[in-house]
Amino acid sequence: MEIYLDNSATTRAFPEVAEKVAKVMTEDYGNPSSMHMKGVDAEKYIKEAKSIFAGILKVNEKEIFFTSGGTESDNLAIIGSAFANQRAGKHIITSKIEHPAVLESMKYLESQGFEVTYLGTNNEGVVEPEELKKALRDDTILVSIMHTNNEIGSLQKISDIGVIIKEHNKNTLFHVDAVQGFGKAKILPKKMNIDMLSISSHKIHGPKGVGVLYIAEKTKIHNISFGGGQQGNMRSGTENVPGIAGMALAAKMIYAKLDEECEKLYSLKVRFIEEATKIPDVTVNGPKGKEGAPHIVSLSFAGVRAEVLLHALEDKGIYVSSGSACATNHPEISKTLRAIDLDKSLWDSTIRFSFSVFTTEEEIDETVKALNDIIPTLRKYARR
Amino acid sequence: MNYRTFLIKYAEIGLKGKNRYVFEDALVKQINRALKRCEGSFDVKRTEGRVTIDVTSEDYDFDETIAALQTVFGITGICPVVVVDKVPYAELSKEVVKYFDEVYPDKNKTFKVFARRAHKDYEMDSMELNKELGHDILEAFPELTVDVHHPEIQITVEVRNVIYIYSEILPGPGGMPLGTNGKAMLLLSGGIDSPVAGYMIAKRGVVIDAVYFHAPPYTSERAKQKVVDLAKLISKYTGPIRLHVINFTDIQLAIYEKCPHEELTIIMRRYMMKIAEDLAKANDCQALVTGESLGQVASQTIHALGVTNEVCTLPVFRPLIGFDKQDIIDISEKINTFETSILPFEDCCTIFVAKHPVTKPNLEIIKRHEESLNDNIDELYKKAIESDEVISIW
Repeated sequence: MEIYLDNSATTRAFPEVAEKVAKVMTEDYGNPSSMHMKGVDAEKYIKEAKSIFAGILKVNEKEIFFTSGGTESDNLAIIGSAFANQRAGKHIITSKIEHPAVLESMKYLESQGFEVTYLGTNNEGVVEPEELKKALRDDTILVSIMHTNNEIGSLQKISDIGVIIKEHNKNTLFHVDAVQGFGKAKILPKKMNIDMLSISSHKIHGPKGVGVLYIAEKTKIHNISFGGGQQGNMRSGTENVPGIAGMALAAKMIYAKLDEECEKLYSLKVRFIEEATKIPDVTVNGPKGKEGAPHIVSLSFAGVRAEVLLHALEDKGIYVSSGSACATNHPEISKTLRAIDLDKSLWDSTIRFSFSVFTTEEEIDETVKALNDIIPTLRKYARR
Repeated sequence: MNYRTFLIKYAEIGLKGKNRYVFEDALVKQINRALKRCEGSFDVKRTEGRVTIDVTSEDYDFDETIAALQTVFGITGICPVVVVDKVPYAELSKEVVKYFDEVYPDKNKTFKVFARRAHKDYEMDSMELNKELGHDILEAFPELTVDVHHPEIQITVEVRNVIYIYSEILPGPGGMPLGTNGKAMLLLSGGIDSPVAGYMIAKRGVVIDAVYFHAPPYTSERAKQKVVDLAKLISKYTGPIRLHVINFTDIQLAIYEKCPHEELTIIMRRYMMKIAEDLAKANDCQALVTGESLGQVASQTIHALGVTNEVCTLPVFRPLIGFDKQDIIDISEKINTFETSILPFEDCCTIFVAKHPVTKPNLEIIKRHEESLNDNIDELYKKAIESDEVISIW
């Protein structure tokens, strides 16, 4: 039996999506830039995808750009807009709990003479809009805040933040990394004062290696890759047509039943937290209910090493992440867990469970049962 | 220069008297194995007390071929040679001059000619050849100078049933051909030392099997994969390896539960050696190999090694015993295992390690403490042996 609870790392593709990708690869494999029919056929998929995303986000089709995924979207938004606006100022604001795709872009900009303010969070992992207000300056050109935190599922007050930024200076750009939030919430850039929004396909049951960057019209931004001038020269390179077609279908399927699926995920989350916290010394990090994301639960197991628990669960066919999945290759302390002021002794005892539309109640119960089996044994052999 | 033939030099094999043919056959076999990885086809021959390789296909990749030969233990040098038929001197001289010109475009060098006449029916003897060829080369390229004591270039001309012309000797790894010196069981962890130890023993002609102690869930699949990757890297030199993966968790937990914590590592090592020896005997190995280096960690002090060694009856080879860490790292970089070795996955030696392990364990005390395992250790031991999963690596 396989219970996959690592959906914030990546998801299983919808079978319909896989079919679509295969069809485009083998039948409509033309280059959308080609002048012949094959190219025109391929281009149709791109147009259709643009219209799907424009519909979901309630934006214009020409504001949708396709990238290789969340990382590239974040890089392009942050670095591209920082360079394009540097004459207006060189100050940027972000938070301490952003994804490395954002934080590393900031680090790069710092090396290029920009100044970056990193906002902390409260102990639920939420950036206080008041803190942002205090940090805004006349030379602030960009604010980048994530929609949903990937490690503990905290939701940021995007609407409030958008208002604060634009009240301070309507030219200050607002970028939102919605890699974890897209597909789990309604996100409307125009209403939320968002100028740039990053989306990743493989977190919503689409193929890997493809994503979206929404860029509001008239946003000042430079391209950061160079080549054949595709997508209005914003992002050169032949479009990943099968990926884009598959991603658009996945988004369409997810948003067709968004409310219903979110309700289901919240009930799974509540059930899981309720049962798992019956085990002694198990604590929840981040929001426990609807004030947090529907699909992410971060638990700390005092006296248990996360990596060992992860492998013990794996042994029972249950797949989870320790801390944040992207960090497994270089085990360093998670910035998010640090930001929420989690007790030091629990940093290495924290596991993330993340659900998807495929997750069932039985799987949740099975996981709780496994935890009840494993935790006492592991605690018995804890490191002395 | 498009070389079509290589002359293989080997040293120690020559010393082996009547067993020489065994060693040479093994060498030919290993050369053939290494060349299988390369583009092109080759004919490896044993003639007149030497091994030659002829390229039989139109295309081959010189650098790739040399790199492959440099993994074959027993080879001390690889000479790319030009072969000419046994032609009269006038023609031979032209060939040698042509060779010189192509291989050494820069003529501001010192040189000498070193001729050997193995077939005495040639028209000139070696002294005459040295003199005449030296003269002809000098006449063709007057910028050259002769230096018979320390020449920058030494052109060797060997007259046999054909004539070989060569001047470069590319170094081989040395050692003795695999399969000429029995078989040993290597205790392979994910660290830097044990792959190097395996390489060094294989270099003496020993075929290697390996054992890895896996402790799920305390060690991960990635840790195991890392060991498989390391075995794969050294198999380039050692030939195919049968990697035994033993589930060691229960024994480790039993020791952890019942024995003094600061003796955990030493007792664990004793059980590992015991299991390794049982596997060795069951798989026709005549010795154990470990990556231990004297004093490197608490379990590798002279006292600790004595206590560990006590469980074994087979000889235990510790080729790194007198090496500094940096020396070991240098070899691991040379054989390309270093980067894999330092990937950060825990192995079962580091997982429960005490803050202050014993450095001078006393055998009698250790044995007494091991008695507390008596109620079920035999069963756990049997289970561990039965867990043996063999992964064939080549």
